[in-house]
Amino acid sequence: MSSVAKSPMSRNAWLIVPAIVVILCFFFYPVSWLLIDSFSRPKWGIQNYEAVLGRLVYLKVLLNTFTISAGTTFWCAVIGYPVAYTMAHCSKRARRLLIFVVLIPFWTSLLVRTFAWMVLLQKTGLINQTLLTLGVITEPVALIYNRIGVYIGMVQVLLPFLIFPLFSVMLRIDRNYSFAAATLGAPPVRNFFRIYLPLTLPGLVSGGTLVFVSSLGYYITPALLGGPADLMIAQLIERQISTSGNWGMAGALAVLLLVATAICLGVVHRIIGVKTAWGR
Amino acid sequence: MGAPFSSGRMWSRLRLAICTFAVIYLVAPLIVVLVISFSSAPFLTFPPPGFSMQWYNNLFTNPAWFNSLITSIKVLIPTSILATSLGTAAAYGLARSNFIGKQIVMGLLLSPMIVPVIIVAVGIFGVFRALGLYGNLLGLIIAHTILAIPYVVMTVSGSLAVIDKRLEDAALTLGASPLRCFRRITFPLIFPAVLSGMLFSMVVSFDELVVSMFISTPVVRPVTVQMWSNIRGSVDPTIAAIATLLFCFSLLALLSERAAARKVKKEVDE
Repeated sequence: MSSVAKSPMSRNAWLIVPAIVVILCFFFYPVSWLLIDSFSRPKWGIQNYEAVLGRLVYLKVLLNTFTISAGTTFWCAVIGYPVAYTMAHCSKRARRLLIFVVLIPFWTSLLVRTFAWMVLLQKTGLINQTLLTLGVITEPVALIYNRIGVYIGMVQVLLPFLIFPLFSVMLRIDRNYSFAAATLGAPPVRNFFRIYLPLTLPGLVSGGTLVFVSSLGYYITPALLGGPADLMIAQLIERQISTSGNWGMAGALAVLLLVATAICLGVVHRIIGVKTAWGR
Repeated sequence: MGAPFSSGRMWSRLRLAICTFAVIYLVAPLIVVLVISFSSAPFLTFPPPGFSMQWYNNLFTNPAWFNSLITSIKVLIPTSILATSLGTAAAYGLARSNFIGKQIVMGLLLSPMIVPVIIVAVGIFGVFRALGLYGNLLGLIIAHTILAIPYVVMTVSGSLAVIDKRLEDAALTLGASPLRCFRRITFPLIFPAVLSGMLFSMVVSFDELVVSMFISTPVVRPVTVQMWSNIRGSVDPTIAAIATLLFCFSLLALLSERAAARKVKKEVDE
């Protein structure tokens, strides 16, 4: 066995080389170059980091990024948990339908979905019209170019990232724990909080972290649905380049974003492994 | 299959309400786009006052839209071929070899999917400008290939991990050359995953906006960048028409992937 398998085994490793070379040249090199810029432009030192962490305007953007990401994660969990629960414990047909519905956003362009929200949320849009007709409101509400618009768009885009890890954890839960608790007299609410929720916590945490991480670097949705007060770090990086050509600042912001991303993904990896979590 | 514990009626009603809301929330935007693309009004009103195909017509007669559509296709085809061959080779190499640092190599191959796209975009913009890869098809193809490789590596690796390795061992023991073994045994087994990786890379390329925005010019401009530059100005339903095309493309990709997977599963079962 070993004599047959060994020689192709070591030769196979060479097949990785072309892809790695391409990634190193056109991905790793450009990204590292940007990160080094944060220390080297306009001169060597940490002046860019001092500027980012020292000026109120920039700190406001960092705070925005954190708040919007946390809010998005919260709303994804509130909507996603019941949906994942239903998916895991319903009939096969209903499950197939739900999986399809949740998968749809995965397969549709981010730009397209954000555009759709622009149509729906505008002053004369469907949502405002419906609310006016129903008499819930007397004049159109601003649902776009503010925080509400950003949340509506981002939660919709990121919901599947929370639902799928949670769903796969829920499927694997040994139902006998809950049955045992019920038999021993635990009321449903207590059963849920003491047995079911703790068992599904790994899925919730990893899904939530994925949503949080993805939100941190989001560009398209907040740029189109948010207002001037909802500026996030990705838009700030883009502006550093397109308006002022300030590569050093862009690099410093990129380092901050990358470090935050790496820390969060490290947490997910500890829990379930990045590959499983990202698997779409 | 029922729930693991009976919850009160109030709770299950609340859960049902949230699920219904979620389904509408996830699907509604798409339906709106589909409907509006056939609108007869020159602005985005919903529901539309009447039916017309003029925005699809506009897509193919307006040179700005048509050229961007052609640019996207010119980028998408080489990208999917490159990403699929590089990614499949790498996935096979990773799955059928053993060396120190394999995890690191895997991480590196998947990293373009993990690093926030704005960072990739700005880095690529800086370097590609210096290399003459700015504002031309080659630059876009390389950039999209980088972004698509992780998806191919992931789908093909997943498939390689679950196929019966004894079939390959048998072929090799019986004297087949490694190349012949790959062609006759491994490749047919992982074909659905390779196809799905290829479709993924097409969708990634067709959909890509942020990197393209940085390295394209008005002359060489993919359709998403054209959408982006229109979306904030005078918006007419042409965007909805192109959005519908994008969606149909993704749906077609999804369905053909499912069909291929089912077919191979059936053949293996027999």
